[in-house]
Amino acid sequence: MKKLFLLLGLVFLPFANVYAGIDETINNATAPIAAFIGKVVFFKVPVFGAQLPLVVLWLVVGAVFFTFYMRFINIRGFKHAIELVRGDYSDPKSHGEVSHFQALATAVSGTVGIGNIGGVAVAVTVGGAGATFWLIVAGILGMSTKFVECTLGVKYRQEFEDGHVSGGPMYYLRQGFSDRGMAGFGKFMGTFYAIGIFIGALGIGNMFQSNQAYVQLNTVAGGALDGFGWLVGLILAAVVFSVIIGGIKSIARVTEKIVPFMAIFYCIFAIIVILMNVGSLPQAIANIFTGAFTGEGVAGGALGAMIIGFQRAVFSNEAGIGSASIAHSAVKTNEPVTEGIVSVLEPFIDTIVICTITALVIGTAQVADPNFANGAKGVAMTSAAFQREFSWFPLPLAFAALLFAFSTMISWSYYGLKGWTYLFGESEKGQTTYKLIFCAFVALGCIVELGPILDISDALVFLICVPNILGLYFLAPIVKREMESYFARIESGEIKKFK
Amino acid sequence: MSNKILVAIDGSEGGKRALNTAVEYAKLTHSSLVLSYIIDWSPYSFHTPEELAERQKRRDSEIQRANDLILNPEALALEKEGLAVETVVRHGKIAETLKEVAKEYDVSQIYIGKLGESRMRSMIFGSVTAALIQTALLPVTVVP
Repeated sequence: MKKLFLLLGLVFLPFANVYAGIDETINNATAPIAAFIGKVVFFKVPVFGAQLPLVVLWLVVGAVFFTFYMRFINIRGFKHAIELVRGDYSDPKSHGEVSHFQALATAVSGTVGIGNIGGVAVAVTVGGAGATFWLIVAGILGMSTKFVECTLGVKYRQEFEDGHVSGGPMYYLRQGFSDRGMAGFGKFMGTFYAIGIFIGALGIGNMFQSNQAYVQLNTVAGGALDGFGWLVGLILAAVVFSVIIGGIKSIARVTEKIVPFMAIFYCIFAIIVILMNVGSLPQAIANIFTGAFTGEGVAGGALGAMIIGFQRAVFSNEAGIGSASIAHSAVKTNEPVTEGIVSVLEPFIDTIVICTITALVIGTAQVADPNFANGAKGVAMTSAAFQREFSWFPLPLAFAALLFAFSTMISWSYYGLKGWTYLFGESEKGQTTYKLIFCAFVALGCIVELGPILDISDALVFLICVPNILGLYFLAPIVKREMESYFARIESGEIKKFK
Repeated sequence: MSNKILVAIDGSEGGKRALNTAVEYAKLTHSSLVLSYIIDWSPYSFHTPEELAERQKRRDSEIQRANDLILNPEALALEKEGLAVETVVRHGKIAETLKEVAKEYDVSQIYIGKLGESRMRSMIFGSVTAALIQTALLPVTVVP
């Protein structure tokens, strides 16, 4: 199958110049649609001169509520999360099942994407340095939302007769509401969520990723790929196709193994770059704090910076969207709370560590040379910041971005598939249809421009946090009860360490 | 001191030879046997979401295969010879897990074959047998 695509590519190559206009045509057609969807979901209310999208307010209020209601589980649970991941509480007899570490690693692979490299640059461009501060705050609060949704994901997961498991918001919404005597409403919410995650998978987990991967490749190639987005898209789609339909799992497995190392590699180099600019660091940090409260030069001032920061944080760590809950629900445990506690590490790694590091790389570069990026946006801006110190860096960065994008696409293809199978059942034919649609969107992502892509993917993904968070409010008392009982048993020594 | 011997088998020739040696000894000393099959597994590996969802199923089938194809036939044959035999399948790092099983079943010694690992593998990761000898708190008999 892969060969077929290669062949197709070769056949089309001579006609490439003729087809270079394809990108523009498709772009023009999709832009108005994107603008419309964006307008509906991001319905904005003016607050003190800033435009506040209601959906962002919805997410932040939720995160604040869960942080207080769960009595700062995001901070209290942190140490215990590390103990759990280390396996201190794992019974050797249950070895061979999905470990806490594995679930965490898979969920992190799904969230550490282009957003960590490019999304931060977008936040800093639009919201100024201060956006970084709010990004971190949103990350800390998001840890509590993750705790609630991942606990519920495990608690209400579904085990099928053949032994495979499915879980996630659609299942806990349906079952949880039904347990509270609202079966009809639960069914509706589950379906709403499933539709949302299916459509969202095509945006945040797909088009945005492939688009930024293409932009990266094009930058490295020195613009040689201008107008050839469709070709890059076709190749990317072919690789995704070979994994999710062709069943060439080895590609996915290799990526899953490389991605964590790439993330570490990225962080190490980022820290080196920051240290090389250590003179600019105090000013960069100062800019983050002053920008957070003054919002200098940002539309809407401090509130504007705050909104952008929150928006990018949620887009990056996906807290409140419920996607990670799908990955975590594979863990077999008698204590769903443990999985929730482990999941607080995700926004921590994704937003607080990786995003902050990226923001500092950009921030120090800005202090040293305000025009360092030459108007570049997204990943290209981050790349330019690295390039100031290491001229060769864009190449490995492009490679890392490509892998991040790829692993996020693979994870999200699964999340979307779970939404699909929830709606249409587990039939093979239906699953293949979904996967074909997914591949088509990979290609589409490389063709349309960044602006409309961001609008579409932001909008679609934020849409599903509406039923999810509403459900979390209703089900939070159940989680709280489990959490309190769990910690009481840890305290009393009923739950023991094995190591 | 218990009269139990732990034997690590893995379906290889080396494991089989370890078992034969252990059986001879058990007959002489009227000891009972614990046959163990350890499936190499690490809690720190990386997987796709799909693999995670299938994990439980895979684990069950791995355990069943180890029992059906290796442990149970051996145990049955030995019981016919009048030996007392227990079996155990575990996932984990092989040397470490063997030690855990040894403690749990309260055995007095361990028999292991010079496992059939490739030379390349043991050069990179170290040999399971060597790791066991170096760290075990019990007598370990290595059967070539």
